[in-house]
Amino acid sequence: MIRLVGILVGLGFTFVVLLTFLVGAYTAATEPAAETAEHAFHLSPKEDVHFSFEGPVGHWDIAQLQRGYKVYKEVCSACHSLKQVAFRNLADLGYSEAQVKAEAAAWRVPGIDPNTGEATTRPGLPTDSFPSPYPNSVAAAAANNNAIPPDLSLMTKARHEGSHYVYSLLTGYQEPSTELAERFPEALPGPGLHHNPYFANLNLAMAPPLTTDGQVTFDDGTAATVDQMSQDVAAFLTWTAEPKLVKRKQTGWPVLGFLLFATILAWFAKKSVWANAKPRRED
Amino acid sequence: MSFPWAKNYEPVNPVMKFMDEKLPLPRLVYNAVGAGYPVPRNLSYFWNFGILAGFCLVLQIVTGVVLAMHYAANSGIAFNSVEHIMRDVNWGWMLRYMHANGASFFFLVIYIHIFRGFFYSSYKAPREMIWLLGVVIFLLTMATAFMGYVLPWGQMSFWGAKVITGLFSAIPLVGEPIQIWLLGGFAPDNAALNRFFSLHFMLPFVILGVVILHIWALHIPGSSNPTGVEVKQESDTLPFHPYYTAKDGFGLGVFLLIYFAFVFFFPNMLGHPDNYIEANPLSTPAHIVPEWYFYPFYAILRAFTFDFIIPAKLWGVLAMFSAILVWFFLPWLDKSPVRSGHYRPMFRKFFWFGLIPCMAVLFYCGGAPAEEPFVMISQIATAYYFLHFLVILPIISSIERPEPLPFSITEAVLGSDKKAVLGENAEPAV
Repeated sequence: MIRLVGILVGLGFTFVVLLTFLVGAYTAATEPAAETAEHAFHLSPKEDVHFSFEGPVGHWDIAQLQRGYKVYKEVCSACHSLKQVAFRNLADLGYSEAQVKAEAAAWRVPGIDPNTGEATTRPGLPTDSFPSPYPNSVAAAAANNNAIPPDLSLMTKARHEGSHYVYSLLTGYQEPSTELAERFPEALPGPGLHHNPYFANLNLAMAPPLTTDGQVTFDDGTAATVDQMSQDVAAFLTWTAEPKLVKRKQTGWPVLGFLLFATILAWFAKKSVWANAKPRRED
Repeated sequence: MSFPWAKNYEPVNPVMKFMDEKLPLPRLVYNAVGAGYPVPRNLSYFWNFGILAGFCLVLQIVTGVVLAMHYAANSGIAFNSVEHIMRDVNWGWMLRYMHANGASFFFLVIYIHIFRGFFYSSYKAPREMIWLLGVVIFLLTMATAFMGYVLPWGQMSFWGAKVITGLFSAIPLVGEPIQIWLLGGFAPDNAALNRFFSLHFMLPFVILGVVILHIWALHIPGSSNPTGVEVKQESDTLPFHPYYTAKDGFGLGVFLLIYFAFVFFFPNMLGHPDNYIEANPLSTPAHIVPEWYFYPFYAILRAFTFDFIIPAKLWGVLAMFSAILVWFFLPWLDKSPVRSGHYRPMFRKFFWFGLIPCMAVLFYCGGAPAEEPFVMISQIATAYYFLHFLVILPIISSIERPEPLPFSITEAVLGSDKKAVLGENAEPAV
């Protein structure tokens, strides 16, 4: 009885799903889905740069993180917040306690006037998070043609191959190809938009932020080409997204080493226990 | 119960004697996972996965309880509290990665455990109850994992919660009130997040309870084995300890090596980047996908795209739930007296060339965008899925001619059974 009901139910589902398959196949044959501009022109992040933190023994390039921080401070921070990161975290970037204090004090953070209780700003403390450039999202939208600049703290974890994505996006602004203009005229950037094949829908509101070599002056004398600045800020944002990345990999090796040793011991223990397990034949 | 030759617990140490008289816990352990539990001697490494699943459950409970000390289930601060764990809590990043990847590995282990059950027909008499409890555990684990994925309150958390609770809205007439009742609102918000957290904390202990029943039911007939021939004599078995404790110890080591390789070197590989974007009800992600372990069932849900009598969405929901519920009926759908797939030529072919590729295709399509050709491919695979369990399995169990079975487990191991006795060194020198 159960088997009969089962066979009927099974045939029922099969019938319906095959019917829906035929309907779908007919639709696909008569009205094939048009290719979209994103399908044809979106590019995966560039793979030709290598970051020091990649690979199983990756480590931070402290000088690069400091340069990337400077790019964030002088360029990105005009529009983008970094709210998960506090000034005290800058100690990870090789700054001394005094330097962190001085750096924090150079930023203005929201505060309350101790005498009047009015909202005001005060110099930052190491315990403060990086302040947002806008008081609220309405102000952010109003200042940016309705496109709210996203918080950058987790950007490299919030995109596939995030470090390479940030680098590719910053160096990927270009004129739309004539092929794109011919095949998908509607995908050309509208007013206030900029073509970039590394962005999901090819058009983003952010104007190219890094445009000229030497836009930022690096303290360590590294030539500040657009490519260099893009790499450095991508590395910095990898650190902001996962400050424990290098510690994680460094912890991993001893853990795996110990487990490998323990597993080899367990293998020999198993072998020796089972050596006696074979029943013998009485011949 | 156990086999007549099972060794009896005889405490020597006075403390253990005292304990055994007042509360025979040591006896329980001895008879459950000690020398007092005879186990078929021919279990392969596929029989390690039950212990591994139990280990994963404990791992999830331990890491989860500690994470709950730092997590805040409030839609305003949940996302930031997870980042607080990742940045400021001592070893918080490791706990969270262990918990997130632990869920993935829990499902990996459970799937292998279930498919081992399919191949060796572990669901057949006298083990139906173990199987039924196992399916209950699987359903509870799916619910727990789904609610856990909502807690970080990222984009996939929010939209996943919306899609999955939206399934209930497919129920005719009462669907929408049920969805609103489940969420405590018209969309996922603080009320939903709070109750999901509460249930996510509570359900693992329910799972633990059902796991105890699962193991209890297992100890009545004892473990199945790769030949599917029941234990007949003492030489068919070995005491659980030290033989299977040693074998499970090695298996656990291999499992931990792979698991920790992911935790420390690819901790986000099995997750979705969109969940590092805070939940935003006004911005829908381009592709809403669940966690990888739900892909096959998600593919079945999305395979129904045509309103045949009832809406396509309702077909999808019915099919998705039926896809798991059908497992409950396996003991009565597959009537072949032979258990092991090794001795069932037709069953074996349909398993390796039907069910396994079908699951692989459903898995792939479930993670792919809902576009052609993936939808059409998943429709074919969905059709095969239901045919396999509900039509093919009952029919081949009637028409198949099984291959000859060994007389006993000992014969399968040794080649001859008649004069086999335990070697005099069968007791290991411990």
